[in-house]
Amino acid sequence: MLFKVMAKSSFEELVGLLLESNEVIGPRMKTRHPDGKGVHQFLPITAFADMDLDYEKSEYSPKTYFLPFKENLSTYRFQGGDWEQEIKYRIQPRAIVGMRACDINALVKLDKVLLKGDFPSPYYLARRKNTFIIGLDHDPCENGFCASVGSDIVSHGFDLFLTDLGDRYFVAIDSDRGYRVAANVEIRDPTEADNEAYVQTRNRIAKGFKVEVSIRNLPQILDLEFQSPVWKKWGDKCLSCGSCSAVCPTCYCYGVEEKVAMDFSESAKVKRLYSCNLYDFAMVAGGHNFRPSRESRLKYRYYHQHRGFVETYDEPKCVGCNRCGDVCLAGINPPEVITDLEKEAAR
Amino acid sequence: MKYLGIEPARPKVAVFDFTGCEGCELQLANKEESLAAFLGSIEIVNFREVTSTRRDDYDVAIIDGCISRDDEVERIKEIRSRAKILVAMGSCASFGGVNRMKNAYNLDDANREVYGDKPQATGLTRSIKEVVDVDLEIPGCPVSKEEVERIVQHLVLGVAFTFPVSPVCFDCKHRFITCLFEHGKLCLGSIARSGCNAPCPAGGLGCWGCRGPAEDCNLEQFIAIARERGFSQKEIDERLGFFGGFEGLR
Ligand code: SF4
Ligand code: SF4
Ligand code: SF4
Ligand code: SF4
Ligand code: SF4
Repeated sequence: MLFKVMAKSSFEELVGLLLESNEVIGPRMKTRHPDGKGVHQFLPITAFADMDLDYEKSEYSPKTYFLPFKENLSTYRFQGGDWEQEIKYRIQPRAIVGMRACDINALVKLDKVLLKGDFPSPYYLARRKNTFIIGLDHDPCENGFCASVGSDIVSHGFDLFLTDLGDRYFVAIDSDRGYRVAANVEIRDPTEADNEAYVQTRNRIAKGFKVEVSIRNLPQILDLEFQSPVWKKWGDKCLSCGSCSAVCPTCYCYGVEEKVAMDFSESAKVKRLYSCNLYDFAMVAGGHNFRPSRESRLKYRYYHQHRGFVETYDEPKCVGCNRCGDVCLAGINPPEVITDLEKEAAR
Repeated sequence: MKYLGIEPARPKVAVFDFTGCEGCELQLANKEESLAAFLGSIEIVNFREVTSTRRDDYDVAIIDGCISRDDEVERIKEIRSRAKILVAMGSCASFGGVNRMKNAYNLDDANREVYGDKPQATGLTRSIKEVVDVDLEIPGCPVSKEEVERIVQHLVLGVAFTFPVSPVCFDCKHRFITCLFEHGKLCLGSIARSGCNAPCPAGGLGCWGCRGPAEDCNLEQFIAIARERGFSQKEIDERLGFFGGFEGLR
């Protein structure tokens, strides 16, 4: 990793340069909650000032720029007895500015599944490779627990990652193109004082977490607590609405639907992200449902996040953003569910 | 045109209206870009809104509206006896729809309220399935033309059709909407059947459940959540009763 220092005005200049030839996405305030707190979303910008870089976390995760909720996988046109298939992977080059560490870590996890797994996704690859990522450090968001799951610091998966040192940014560079883009504006090597200021800032951020969740031994605890009453307690509350997976930066499950033109001349395979909390997630041919109860479906979501994924990739799938908890009408959130399990196991 | 080697059937379809606003029938005639293909894929033998043909040799009878008079009972039984497949189209046909609200009042009072001193024959509102066997219900107020098109495609190709089972919230989330509960508004989205693409939450109205309940919806928890957020039982009941889809669950 290469470190540089950049004046804040240079960063603004850099975003301006990106805007010249890319679609640029950044955190924008969409609306306000009745309590005055802003609701932010990653949306296209046309000027640096469109962004609110002080945002806590976006309501929806920027994952949707890599894994859209809906995506056309291929289109078929029928003619006579023959047919033609069209697949479009290409996307416009894009830059996302201001992503938080947790959301970049989420992409690194998605990379493991969608790029390095047995079935790499060309659709994801195209979006990932064509997206320039500038991350931005920040003080902990209100109820995030990313530090508990090791996602508050990000060491790769971005092009540039900025830490605010007051009048300047400490810039971590993780790619050749990151270096080339940054070199278009004034950057300099960090001094001893810059390094110190960076470490102090990181320490301040690390001390700012209000929510802590113990995930030590969690995969084993999940195994021990498979029949725990904790699942019924939370499962009874669950509305099986799938909102949690929709906002989660690491959920990638999907279904594919055939959309046929009314005159039957063409058809498209459309992928739609899905959720393991939805009633028919584990429904198979013949109508049997392996997880007919809310309890079993909610449990499964936690098992994938904190057990299944750990077994395959040695780390939890969850990056601790707590978006799922924020969005859940029933108040189901990982810190409380996991704490309940830990208590149950310790009884 | 053959699709994947299957020659589509061209079933004879009739559309009949009962008590309702006929909005669903209008939906059938909407979506101009594919209307010709839609009407061409079936043979319409009786449909007051689009043709003057009046034939009784239909395979599929599509029913718009609910049953609210005795003569309608006779008529629907007659149609049922002729149709191979009987489809209840829209919230009125499927659940009674907004007309069902009448059932909560004294019938004579309701009659006077609407018709003044010229009372009309009217009875309790019933959905189609409360009177005759129904093969398929297409919920929605009005029905989604896109969904009807898909159903017709499945019908002509002989492939089973399934409705989405998830709650509206899932559609709503896919439109990046900030939950209306956050702004103090009531919404049935977490218990109502999706497939509509959440136009009402997107428009800031909240869902009124026109497509009825989602599969295995958690009504009890929903009511607890709505109460916790300050909505009265009366408000909640009114919302749940609006289209009649939650009748029997409450
Ligand atoms: S946990 Fe919450 S957000 Fe997720 S499906 Fe259940 S009710 Fe919906
Ligand atoms: S199984 Fe559930 S938790 Fe896992 S990725 Fe799919 S939707 Fe997300
Ligand atoms: S499971 Fe919840 S807390 Fe974890 S990454 Fe997903 S949305 Fe964030
Ligand atoms: S606005 Fe309604 S449909 Fe949308 S998330 Fe909230 S409860 Fe669900
Ligand atoms: S959001 Fe609710 S009321 Fe509106 S169309 Fe969908 S199901 Fe009907």
